[in-house]
Amino acid sequence: MKKFLTISEVRKGLKNKEFSSLELMNYYIERIESYSELNAYVTLDKEKALEAAKKADEKISKGEEKLLSGVPIAVKDLFCTKGIRTTACSKILSEFVPEYESTVTQNLLNNGAVFIGKTNMDEFAMGSANITSYFGPCYLPFRKKSNSDMKLVPGGSSGGSATAVASDLCVAATGSDTGGSIRQPAAFSGLVGIKPTYGLCSRWGMVAFASSLDQAGPLTKTVEDAAIMLCAMAGYDDKDSTSENVTIPDYASFLGQSIRGMKIGIAKEYIEGLNQENLDLFEKAKNWLVSAGCELIDISLKTTPYALPAYYIIAPAEASSNLTRYDGVRYSRRAEHYNDINELYINSRSEGFGEEVKRRILTGTYVLSAGYYDAYYTKALKIQKMIKEDFKNNAFSKVDLILTLTTPNTAFGIEESAKMTPVEMYLNDIFTVNANIAGLPAMSIPAGLSNDGLPMGVQLIGNRFGEVNIFKAAKIIEESADFEKLRKDILTIY
Amino acid sequence: MDNLIKGWEVVIGLEVHAQISTKSKLFSSSPTNFGSDPNTQVSFYDAAMPGMLPVLNENAIDQAIKSGFGINGKINKISRFDRKNYFYPDLPSGYQISQLYYPIITDGYLEIELKDGSKKIINIERIHIEQDAGKSIHDLSPDFSYVDLNRSGVPLMEIVSKPDMSSSYEAMQYVKKLRTILRYIETSDCNMERGNLRVDANISIRKPGEGFGNRVEIKNINSIKFLGQALDYETERQIIAKESGEEIIQETRLFDSNAGETRSMRSKEDAADYRYFPDPDLKPVILSDERIEKLMATMPELPDSKKERFIKEYEISESDANVLIEDKKIADCFEKIVASSKFSASESAKLIANWMIGEFFALLNKEGKDIEEVEFPVEYIAELVDLIIDKTISGKIAKTVFAEMAETGKSPASLVKELGLVQIQDESVIKSVIEKVLSDNSKQVEQYKSGKTQLFGFFVGQSMKALHGKGNPEMVNNILKELLI
Repeated sequence: MKKFLTISEVRKGLKNKEFSSLELMNYYIERIESYSELNAYVTLDKEKALEAAKKADEKISKGEEKLLSGVPIAVKDLFCTKGIRTTACSKILSEFVPEYESTVTQNLLNNGAVFIGKTNMDEFAMGSANITSYFGPCYLPFRKKSNSDMKLVPGGSSGGSATAVASDLCVAATGSDTGGSIRQPAAFSGLVGIKPTYGLCSRWGMVAFASSLDQAGPLTKTVEDAAIMLCAMAGYDDKDSTSENVTIPDYASFLGQSIRGMKIGIAKEYIEGLNQENLDLFEKAKNWLVSAGCELIDISLKTTPYALPAYYIIAPAEASSNLTRYDGVRYSRRAEHYNDINELYINSRSEGFGEEVKRRILTGTYVLSAGYYDAYYTKALKIQKMIKEDFKNNAFSKVDLILTLTTPNTAFGIEESAKMTPVEMYLNDIFTVNANIAGLPAMSIPAGLSNDGLPMGVQLIGNRFGEVNIFKAAKIIEESADFEKLRKDILTIY
Repeated sequence: MDNLIKGWEVVIGLEVHAQISTKSKLFSSSPTNFGSDPNTQVSFYDAAMPGMLPVLNENAIDQAIKSGFGINGKINKISRFDRKNYFYPDLPSGYQISQLYYPIITDGYLEIELKDGSKKIINIERIHIEQDAGKSIHDLSPDFSYVDLNRSGVPLMEIVSKPDMSSSYEAMQYVKKLRTILRYIETSDCNMERGNLRVDANISIRKPGEGFGNRVEIKNINSIKFLGQALDYETERQIIAKESGEEIIQETRLFDSNAGETRSMRSKEDAADYRYFPDPDLKPVILSDERIEKLMATMPELPDSKKERFIKEYEISESDANVLIEDKKIADCFEKIVASSKFSASESAKLIANWMIGEFFALLNKEGKDIEEVEFPVEYIAELVDLIIDKTISGKIAKTVFAEMAETGKSPASLVKELGLVQIQDESVIKSVIEKVLSDNSKQVEQYKSGKTQLFGFFVGQSMKALHGKGNPEMVNNILKELLI
């Protein structure tokens, strides 16, 4: 089996009978077992996965040619999967097996995909390093040149999905992004990750973190794979009142089209304070786009620094309410010892939630409480409105896309991350969170390696439903960066 | 101030929770059927499973808008849902979706009638839409409580009055009026036994001219009678407390209907902080003019205008009109009967009203039946009244016919024929019978003629008896007068 197959390669291989879906599934399962120390998957039902692949082979032999027929996909453990344990990597949901399939995963199944298993993540998607998972941290499959012993984080919260794709433990994976949870791990892992426009992917059946910001999206090896995956995942869903009733274009069909004349915004607020290797990469990315005929336009988005503080009020506020349902009464894990209903709540939740989740529940409860609501929550909503206006008036009235870096740094050490204060950790989202706050689509594209040999990503932010522009420009960046070549220089542990 | 109780002015405001009549729940497609087995009307959403999302039942919105028309309220074109957060086992999501900040209806009012017949306006601050919680059951096991989620997510309207009522009577009148209106427009069946109408009462007392006193909230009162009792008890309790120099504590109390008293549940200090915030799973409710106008066009005549029309059109008394309009089914029935009479409304309506309020209601009461469950066509009442008007039978005979009709379901005309109850109208027949009665009672005739005129009734009675009750009473009277001169 050729390593690191993309979706289009898998489709071609299956069609030409070079391999079967079952063989492919076996290949991934073997690898998952060989590299179990990466801790990418938290639930693996081998029999179910092999059975699904077998069925897919039958369908393919009968001529089925769906977008993802027989393609093994990994699913972030945030998506409810019927009959397969879904935990959001929290102890409190560690025994939960849904009786329903989330819309996004159902869409994938309808497109012929076969699921390998559920991937590791930060508990309830709260984290930027995949170190808050009840099932233990997930590891980046790469190492720094300068310190090959140091275990690194894959980023978060979709760290398991990122590692699964980056270590070739699946073809592609689903993720979710509330403040950067697809894009930051994609950048750390040398992958493509897109958070679509809010409302493009249904949230039905996706364990909620912050409802007004959560969006599903793919983590893939290539821009083309991202286009195919997003096309399969997205679509209007009348079960989600915030779902947008728009037609989903065939994103892949736009790849390779010229972007001559496209206007690219360069916002000074995203450049200030960047280190030299970041600045160098950013210059390169600008040049690639200029060479493709784009026009660079300097813009200023003065609200940029306020997005992160607003995010860390809005997201915990919603989370504090969304997580109330995990109370030990019904499907969530109940504490063994309690004397009355209040103790049942207190003990179940004290035992069931990890430290970071508790921190955010407390923060959210605080900012919504009487006397503080206006000072925090109302103000955060005002800032959110200003940020949206800022993007509209000062960016998308003049440009088609905004180019930024995805993260201010590359993957860091697990031990290092344990020493970080919560705020230091939150700063990982500094470039990504704005798109969530404004509901805009944004993609991270692998663009280079750091001096220490770790992947770096650039980000394209589009206007609402501007995914097509993002895909077109991303394809250019992908080709220009020639990351496939760079990938060979990464120090991998597989 | 004419409404003082022992020199104290009572201030009452009510929050009425009425179940909105809809087939399915507010945010899920589970049915709202009453009396189903526990936990059989529960979707994944109602049980707050992970990732489940609310989808607004637009019919509940329409019903709330119609209720808004019913209370002369302002229909807000933009309203929004908020989450009210608290832990309770029968609240699976840990929050109730309600409308705190932007309710769908504001600034309405109702007119109630006081004991002396005068009218009073009770202002209504708002109607907002919210979900009901499930039900905790504590008496099935000594060790466990059970939860039934059938009610979880059932749509409710919370109708919040201003503190405009100053007695338990006014409060009861207000709830009755509200109930009549909601039933008229069929937005709630207000069945209190099923918990479809529950009242929270806020009550305080003050000396006239003073600011508001500390208020007490009495929660979850489930009948109008109990509302009256609870408010009377609480008024008395507060007056006694104040007059003995105690301060009223702002608190929530429960009414114990067995003991007839209110008991402290929790004080203001223990009040929960519900941390309301806009529900991010739902978009704001935006109403088009077209939708509002369309619903306006479906509004039935409301009780107040119906009453006015009944008095004018049917020339019935205000008190009769009050009784007839209280229930729309009865009002409709009345109009149906009047329409089926062969006489004009001005000839028949008054009599029909009498027969409905009298014999007909007595029958319904006796048999414990609803107006729709009567076993004879209601048009028979018109037929009966027609027989009275055209003098085929007397009013007295009519009562016999009515009883027979209720029993057999046969039509009044056929019963009159069958039982030979046709009124005797032949003057010569009546005259000859009366002549015989007078000659048989010559002693009494003498007494009458010598001035004992009160014996006239005796002659009427004897004559009717001799006529087997079928003589035309007017003719009997006239002939007697004539013969006794």
